[in-house]
Amino acid sequence: MPPRIAIIDYGMCNLDSVRRAVEECGGVPVITSQRTEIAAADKVVLPGVGAFNVAMQHIRELQIDQCLSEDVVGKKTPLLGICLGMQILASSGTEGGESTGLGFIEGQVRRLEPVGDDNRIPHVGWNQVVAADAQHPLFKGIRPGSDFYFVHSFHFCAAHESDRAATTPYAGGFTSVVGKGPIFGVQFHPEKSQKIGFQLLRNFIFY
Amino acid sequence: MPTKIRVMPTLLYKDVGLVKGIGFDSWRRTGSAMQAIKVYNMREVDELIFVDITATNDNREPDFATIDELADECFMPMTVGGGIRTVDHVRKMLSVGADKVAINSAAIENPALITDVANRFGAQCVVVSIDYKNTGGAAEVYTHSGTRKTGKSPIELARQVESLGAGEILLTSIDRDGTMNGYDVEITRKVSDNVKIPVIASGGAGSYSHMVDVLRDGKASAIAAASIFHFTEQTPLEAKRYLHDQGFNVRL
Repeated sequence: MPPRIAIIDYGMCNLDSVRRAVEECGGVPVITSQRTEIAAADKVVLPGVGAFNVAMQHIRELQIDQCLSEDVVGKKTPLLGICLGMQILASSGTEGGESTGLGFIEGQVRRLEPVGDDNRIPHVGWNQVVAADAQHPLFKGIRPGSDFYFVHSFHFCAAHESDRAATTPYAGGFTSVVGKGPIFGVQFHPEKSQKIGFQLLRNFIFY
Repeated sequence: MPTKIRVMPTLLYKDVGLVKGIGFDSWRRTGSAMQAIKVYNMREVDELIFVDITATNDNREPDFATIDELADECFMPMTVGGGIRTVDHVRKMLSVGADKVAINSAAIENPALITDVANRFGAQCVVVSIDYKNTGGAAEVYTHSGTRKTGKSPIELARQVESLGAGEILLTSIDRDGTMNGYDVEITRKVSDNVKIPVIASGGAGSYSHMVDVLRDGKASAIAAASIFHFTEQTPLEAKRYLHDQGFNVRL
């Protein structure tokens, strides 16, 4: 049976791209905000495009925070946050005013600050992702320093070194992948990063 | 380290197929959009720009159904423009699979739209598309596919939309469009020097060395091109190899 992948719908994203990519990678995508469907999934993807505070507001209104904490993280179901979905895994964020995040991985989401004239913000385009540990499960079969597609103005400042799974050399260097047990977050868009992105998604789907 | 230079094919959509013109006129058919997307997928291009050039002038809503079909096969980042006038248009466009939206006429008629979209979906998905002509020595912005004058300078407008929350600027010289005579390096440089967000240069690419000119001297962050990829043997991948050999940071 191919793994069932719940893609959480909280009104903040290009769900269709993630759905198509999961399908192409051999998973069965289920776009949902229903607690029973999320709890029944083999893996959960938390996508997202938009502002931190608005996202958290939607998540709370739909009581997805409680569901994720009890039915997903509490049961050690693998979870992958993508872009804004990665950022809201943090304890707090500053976009749209200080607001509380899901708090699954300790840290704060802050604005990227340009270093020199060469760094324009938003950081848009392809950039290197350097895994701290080449054996990391998400990076199986991926050459170190491969390029993924980014489009963001904020970044995840993880409180603990051990939660920083990969970095990207832009704006002084930022954490592009966080990981803590079966909880993962990627700042880039694997669903738009072609072959290499699909490899990472397959690594998650079959983790 | 700066971001890698992106080489972005532009696909212009009119009625039922792709077209390419000269100076925003004399449109030639260039084939099916789906076919183009499949080819660009296979070639792993950096990003695509897809613009419905008649939506605004026909006073139509964006064609969400078509974008939905195309986006399902587009496994690379896609910026979609044409007829986007409301926050709800943006929401629908992102939900059918666009990664960013390009706003042109509406950004000038209703500048608050830029801020509303940026607040709701983040600045990173708002590309403001600025089309201009050099009329009597001064550059002037046009809207409605180059048919309506605005009296605005592209440099001032770029600064203004940046402060309103735009995440990128797609800067197109209508005079250069389709000529394959080279980008407008001078205006691109002026716009790039006046904003801190990425500037995508568009209009005039006819050779890889034109790309070098607008990147090195025009300080563009990315380049968009259409005719060169539709009507010549030159490809985005070869362009990047050339740029790499010239010392630019690209994804190969």
